[in-house]
Amino acid sequence: MGICDAILGRSKPATANLDVLFSVPQAALTLEAGGGFTFTGIGSVCYRPNEGAAFRTVEAEVIQLLDASGGKAVEHTDDKFGFRWLKVERPAMDVGGMVTDLHAVNSSLTDAGFGQSLLCSLVNFTSADDQPVALVYLYKRGTFFPFAPAGAERRDNELELMVRGLVDEDIPIEPELARWFAVWGAPGL
Amino acid sequence: MAKTRFRSDRGLTARMGAVSLGLGALYVAFGAFLIYRTNLFFGAIIVVAMAWGQWYFSDKLALRSIGGKEVTPQQAPELHGMIDRLVALADMPKPRVAVAVTDMPNAFATGRSPSHAVVCVTTGIMQRLDADELEGVLSHELAHVANRDVSVMTVASSLGLLAGYITRWGMYFGGGRRDSNGSLPMIVVWIASIAVYFISFLLTRALSRYRELSADRCGAYLTGRPSALSSALVKISGDIARIPNRDLREAGGLNAFFIAPAVSGASIGALTSTHPSLQQRIDQLAEVAADLGQTI
Repeated sequence: MGICDAILGRSKPATANLDVLFSVPQAALTLEAGGGFTFTGIGSVCYRPNEGAAFRTVEAEVIQLLDASGGKAVEHTDDKFGFRWLKVERPAMDVGGMVTDLHAVNSSLTDAGFGQSLLCSLVNFTSADDQPVALVYLYKRGTFFPFAPAGAERRDNELELMVRGLVDEDIPIEPELARWFAVWGAPGL
Repeated sequence: MAKTRFRSDRGLTARMGAVSLGLGALYVAFGAFLIYRTNLFFGAIIVVAMAWGQWYFSDKLALRSIGGKEVTPQQAPELHGMIDRLVALADMPKPRVAVAVTDMPNAFATGRSPSHAVVCVTTGIMQRLDADELEGVLSHELAHVANRDVSVMTVASSLGLLAGYITRWGMYFGGGRRDSNGSLPMIVVWIASIAVYFISFLLTRALSRYRELSADRCGAYLTGRPSALSSALVKISGDIARIPNRDLREAGGLNAFFIAPAVSGASIGALTSTHPSLQQRIDQLAEVAADLGQTI
């Protein structure tokens, strides 16, 4: 932000960067080959529901679109922070289809002018010994970070760092560890 | 280019620009006056250095004066979780989080830059507001951080500080050397300082009000819920008006950074208040709400 914006008190909301999502299938292959992680068939999008009719209309359209594209019907849940999660289920082999669906949600919201309300998207995996881990995509940064919950509000940092090491080459990893925030309440984790 | 609903308010931007220009001109004029016409230049440097110190240590000073303590994610998981998500939405570095144990419902953000910022809420505000409303307040404070309001307001108000010091003390240390190199008599400097103090006071207050409106606006677009912020403002403004003044005067100096002014008084006119009126803020938030409801 320039000095001019500082003087005039303007800070523009960050816009979402969506295209990096399509590098996830490559990362999924690497995770499977290098660490025995398998895609669970579940992914999710987290966003901030805006007030007003415009947002509700777009949201209904998005859900309709996903339901029509095959797979299980989309479920949505609200977490305790007032964010909404759309849970998308697809066949366990179809990472590419999942990413396309997630991208569709994101681009619909962005096209309707709600891109600033997108928080993150998750693609869920399980490790060889059944530990859940997700790749979290941060729209505003265009980066990913791994998130591995381990019981009640605890994270398995070791597993997360291991995943980072594996997929480092395939997807852009968020360099600032302080931005690897915990996404408790993500569906299917 | 992705579409965004966020629109900056042209009128607000223009008013803010005009006030900043006015303050800048006053700065240059008063600075030139001090350098060429008086012996007070050295004193002026000291006052500006003090203002700089106040800016540089603003996070620690503000926290200490209200008794805020920094909290870890383990101590306040809800508050941290809320701020985590808001900063991820806004793509800004996470500020430190502090809680002040006082019944006065308020919140403020301070610190010299977004990476040295701290956001502080009082236990009073956490008790009175529900989660949505508290989130609205936090997004307003984060907007202050993103807009660099502490820096801007420090620069803006240090001129008034300088003029105020000269008004108060200039009579004592400027007296003896008035003829040495063509300096003006002290009384002229003194009168000029009073004028500068008065004008910069009004301009700084106007700037503060505009920046509050701007923070409301940015915060509302960030959460997408202008109504939650409105209802929070109504709740805490009413509460602050009800609390006796005696406890609040200690917090007077921090007023410019609070979400709602702590020292209320019907006698303070609209021109000299640090915050816009509740009605004005709610009207603006209603405009944002209407904008969010439209299809583009």
